[in-house]
Order: sequence, then C-alpha cells, then structure tokens
Amino acid sequence: MSDLFMQALTFIRSFGILGEIFIALLKIVVVFSVTLLHVAYATYWERKVIAHMQFRLGPREVGPYGLFQPFADGIKLFFKEDIIPANADKPIFYLSPVIFFISALTSLSVLPFFDGFVVADINVGILFLLAMSSLGAYGIVMSGWSSGSKYAFLGGLRSASQVISYETPMGLSLVGVMIMAGSLNLTDIVKGQFAYPTGAYVIPQFIGFFVFMVAMFAETNRLPFDLPEAESELVAGYFTEYSGFRFAMFFLGEYTGMLIMSSIGTICFLGGWTLPKFVMDALPFLYQVPAIFWVVVFLAKVYAFMFFYYWIRATLPRYRYDQLMAIGWKVLIPIALFNIVLTGTLKIMGWL
Amino acid sequence: MSMLPQLFFGYFAFAIIVLSLLVITRKNPVHSVMWMLLLFFHIASMYLFLNAEFIAAIQVIVYAGAILVLFLFVVLLLNLKEELESARFVGSWPAAVLISGGIFVGLAASMLSVSLGPKGNFTVDLIQRVTHTKVLGQILYTEYLFPFEIASLVLLIAVVGAIVLAKKRMRSH
Repeated sequence: MSDLFMQALTFIRSFGILGEIFIALLKIVVVFSVTLLHVAYATYWERKVIAHMQFRLGPREVGPYGLFQPFADGIKLFFKEDIIPANADKPIFYLSPVIFFISALTSLSVLPFFDGFVVADINVGILFLLAMSSLGAYGIVMSGWSSGSKYAFLGGLRSASQVISYETPMGLSLVGVMIMAGSLNLTDIVKGQFAYPTGAYVIPQFIGFFVFMVAMFAETNRLPFDLPEAESELVAGYFTEYSGFRFAMFFLGEYTGMLIMSSIGTICFLGGWTLPKFVMDALPFLYQVPAIFWVVVFLAKVYAFMFFYYWIRATLPRYRYDQLMAIGWKVLIPIALFNIVLTGTLKIMGWL
Repeated sequence: MSMLPQLFFGYFAFAIIVLSLLVITRKNPVHSVMWMLLLFFHIASMYLFLNAEFIAAIQVIVYAGAILVLFLFVVLLLNLKEELESARFVGSWPAAVLISGGIFVGLAASMLSVSLGPKGNFTVDLIQRVTHTKVLGQILYTEYLFPFEIASLVLLIAVVGAIVLAKKRMRSH
C-alpha cells in the first residue's frame, strides 16, 4: 500500500513544477475538507458537552445520538433567505465574511499535522499565523461597519480594540517558545520539543502558556471574552444583520479559528504530534508506527484545548469591557515581557 | 521559465501603483482603508519576492494588523455623511500639484544616476541557508546596534509622550 503510494508520488514528481503544484493542490483539498468536517463536529460536540454540564441531553433527534445534526444545520443555513439591509455598504458587506473565513482557512496551510505533512513549510510559520489572525479582525470590523446598524457597529468596534489588545500578549507569549526552539518554523519547534527532556515546552514555559491560554479566548471572541457579540447588550454583535450562508461563513470561521488556536497551542506548548522522548524510549515499538498515525496524537491534544474552550464557556460569566482591557494591558503584557526576559537570561546561562 | 521573476515583479510593481492611486482617489475613507490593506499585502509579497520573509511577515503584522486597524478605528468614528458630501479638492490644489510634480521630476531625474553598490557578504544562498530571520537578527544586534538603539529610544519617547498627554487631559477634567 505504502509502496504504491510512493510510486504514485515519484510519478507525479516526474512532471517537475506542474507535479509539485498538483501535490500542493491535493494537500490543500485534503486539509480543507477534513478541517470542515472537524468544524462541523466541533459544533456538535460543543452542544453535547455544554448540555451535559448543564444536566441536559443536547441534540438527539437527527440520526443516532443526534450525530447528523451539523448537516441538518448546514442545509438549513444554506437554504435560508439572504437578506441585505438597505443601509448596507454592499461591496464591503459581501466581502467581510469572506475575509474572515479565508484568513482562518489560510492559517491552516502552515500547520504541521504530523511529521512531513504540511501544505507550506515556511521559515516564519508563527509570524504567518499571527499575521492571518490579525487579518481576520478586518472581517469583523468591516462587517460591523458595513451593516449600517448601530449594534453591529458597536460589536465591530469592540472587536477591533479587543483583537489589537490581545494580539500583543499572544505574540509575546510565543516568544519564549521561539527562544527555546531557536526557530520560527513550526516543524522545528515540534522537533525541538521532542529532543527536550520534558518532551513539551509547557513545563519550562508555564508563564507563556498561561498568557497564551487567556489571549486565545480573547482572539477568537469566545466566552468569557465574547464582548463583540454580547447578546444581552448588542443583539448578536457584528453579525446581527447577516443571514443564511453569509452568517454561516462567520460561524465556520469562528470554529476554524478555535481549531487553529488549539493547534498553535498544541504545536508550541504540548509537543505537536510527538510523544515525549522518555515515553518513546520506554515503549520502543512506538518508533515503528508510521508517520500518518501520529495525527491521532495531534488531534487528541487539539481536542483537549477545544474541550477547555467549552468547559470555560459553561463555567465563567462574561467579563466587563474595562476589565477585559485591564487584564490584557496591565496583567498579561507585563508577565509575558517578564517571561521573555527570564527565558532569555536562562538560555544565555545555559540552564534551558 | 526565466521570464517568471520579471513577470511577478512587473505585476506587483504595477499593482502597487494602481492600488496607491485607488487609495488616494476614493471619496469614502473606509474604502480607501480597504484598498490600502490590499496594497500592504502586495508590498509584503514584494518583500517575499526579495527573499525577505521576516520583513514580509512583519509588514503584515505591524502595518496591516496594528497600524491600519487603528486608522480604521479613527475613520469609523468620523461622520462619513459629511465626508462624502465635501468637495474633492481644496482651494489651494494648484500649489500642491506644483510641489508634488516638482518632487516627482526630481526623483525621476535622480533615477537616471542610480548605480548599484558593491555586493556584500549576504548572498541569496547564505540567507536561504541560515534563514532570513537569523541573518537579520545577527546583523541588527551587532553591526547596526547603535542605530537600532536610537530608533527604540525615539519610539520610547513617543510612548512616554502619549501617556503624559493622556494623563494631563485626565487631570484637567
């Protein structure tokens, strides 16, 4: 089976640059479709988890255990009427959900899912992810403005300031990881963790991990920091005026964003697709496992983060806006800066 | 195949000029900001084209991700209805045309006498082998440390100044 696969690969490669383009397109199709399937079931799983935390049952009507619920939702959204408000700035109203969704999907291209499988193995992987997450903010701000509704507008403005404020601690929290790995390439970061004695950077970088976890919630506009869509104040926030498939794009983009943030956390702090070296040495037969099966380890770690998202949503109430800003600027940024100084000093002393 | 780099460069150079014109000719400032976003991505691609991947990423993060969002923030709080009805040109536009035309002619004339400097140690091969980020960091913190420190001092003064101004406003209320 794997022989046939390798033969097919060499055959495609023999076409030169066209073959490389074909392989890249194939990878994009695989990543895109698998991610959308994961997004669909992330919504189902969220409803189940929160339902059980609140002593309810969650979706159970469509299919066994409600397993076809995401498809029913998708079909419903697809056939709903598409309403454009009379006040809307049409070109930007059409464009903003696309910007939001595309920026989330583009981030997928640099994530290594298992050894050797990444659409684009670039040297500045972490910076690319930060750049794409800042592009997503435009989708939110512009959708709020172009709707021509004051609730949507307020949601958009809140989101703009929130995302700018939390991008800084998020970037700074990853600097510790960059210093330890000595690289911005995500594959190198995972390999650096495998070689590191603890097997994951979460133990030496616990300060950075804490900052990252808090900033992760704010960047994806999830509870307890979902002020841009606070339903008790702003109807539904920036996507109030969107309906049908345009709304679905925001919805999909948000869940893709959560999966990407979880993947960044997994890759930078939990060792990506690898198990720690001491576990591998204790169980040597694990070295025989083909690379593709390690995607299971990767997904298990990603879904641990996703569960944490749901858990927090079911537990904590929403923060007030000034509290959100105070946490970002007065707590997270100073401790992230302290972490950089500490990590740098220890690295120079040779203790890391 | 050998035409490909010229083709890429031609596209980006042309698109950058067209997009800059679009930015300054839109009446609606929000549309200007959106064209500017596209412009920044083209500039980042140009850096990428020159093997400067770190600068390309920073261009998007800093300019598109932070500075332009702040622009947008200010623009969104303007009264756009007034802005759209105001005249396209101010009274003194002939003087502005004269000055900018003069600058353009001066720059275009100086383009004729441009000569490439001597080649340095940093060839494309070296940068690709060591990675651009590492090369840039090493040279910035050794050879160009002093200008770098001066630039950071200037930024620090700006930050302190902004805080002082904000605090003064608060006390007077």
